Amino acid sequence: MSVVVETGRPADEIPYSERGPAPLENVVAFGFWLFLLSDVVLFSGLFAAYAVLADRTAGGPDGLKLFDRGSVLLETACLLFSSFTVGLCALAIERRSPAATYLWAAVTFALGAAFLGLEVKEFLRMIDAGAAPTRSAFLSAFFTLVGTHGLHVTLGLAWLVAMMAQVVTLGFLPIVVRRLLCFILFWHALDIVWIGVFTIVYLGAR
Amino acid sequence: MADPTRTDSTAQGQPPGLNRGQRGGILNYLTGLVFAIVLTLASFWAAETDLVYGPAVPVLLASLAVAQMGVHVVFFFHISTGPEDANNFLALAFGVFVVALVVFGSMLIMNNLDANMPSLDQIMKMQR
Repeated sequence: MSVVVETGRPADEIPYSERGPAPLENVVAFGFWLFLLSDVVLFSGLFAAYAVLADRTAGGPDGLKLFDRGSVLLETACLLFSSFTVGLCALAIERRSPAATYLWAAVTFALGAAFLGLEVKEFLRMIDAGAAPTRSAFLSAFFTLVGTHGLHVTLGLAWLVAMMAQVVTLGFLPIVVRRLLCFILFWHALDIVWIGVFTIVYLGAR
Repeated sequence: MADPTRTDSTAQGQPPGLNRGQRGGILNYLTGLVFAIVLTLASFWAAETDLVYGPAVPVLLASLAVAQMGVHVVFFFHISTGPEDANNFLALAFGVFVVALVVFGSMLIMNNLDANMPSLDQIMKMQR
């Protein structure tokens, strides 16, 4: 039970510092937000390495020759729409509707898996064409940056499956809902990092 | 428990930010999606087009990317500059600061090192 303070003042005038402690849900979301920002700082190191090494091709193929923008646009679409469907999943969780939650989680999983499939296909095509990570500093930086993002997506998919298993077995317990909230934030963050990847890596190659 | 569906005007006695995530429904996500699609397509168009002055394209791409990240933060993360979001927003500002420092700092330093580095021939001569 939260204590309602009768001060006789309009609600807007009550300072935030006098409204009592924030609910657990907010504290968890804030902590996870800090984790996501630290994850973005990790990516910033990889982005810096890529930006410095992008034109160090050691006589090997450069980005303009290797990248297929049509495929990248498709990957971007998959990830963007999965970010939207995970938002719909969040709304379904808010309504505590299991059917809608499963539906949007399944769509999100399918889009994420499609993104990952396209990325693995692209990696294999590049390695077949002699553009393996060992070929040049540019390719080492490329595979590290894009591969780390792909690894995050893979972990996200595994996390999504684990969360759906928890919804099946435990239902919408408060702790399950908080974990779902963290997963949703994580998935949105992956899409934000991808904006940086497609802008700097794929569209920046010219 | 306080009723989580109450709006901010009845925030009396309520912990700060209880309405987080309650703001906006499907319309909020749809708006974000439309903005994001437009900005993504604009980015891919800008990278291919000859209509924009060549050296300006990277700047245009950067601003489109920053705009899209902003759209994601506002419409998908629901981070605003309101008082109940002060902690989240400050953390975000610090994150942006660190990222900018790492990326631009690295580029600046490495460019400077590269410019002052003797060519490979000169290094070979020095070793003899």
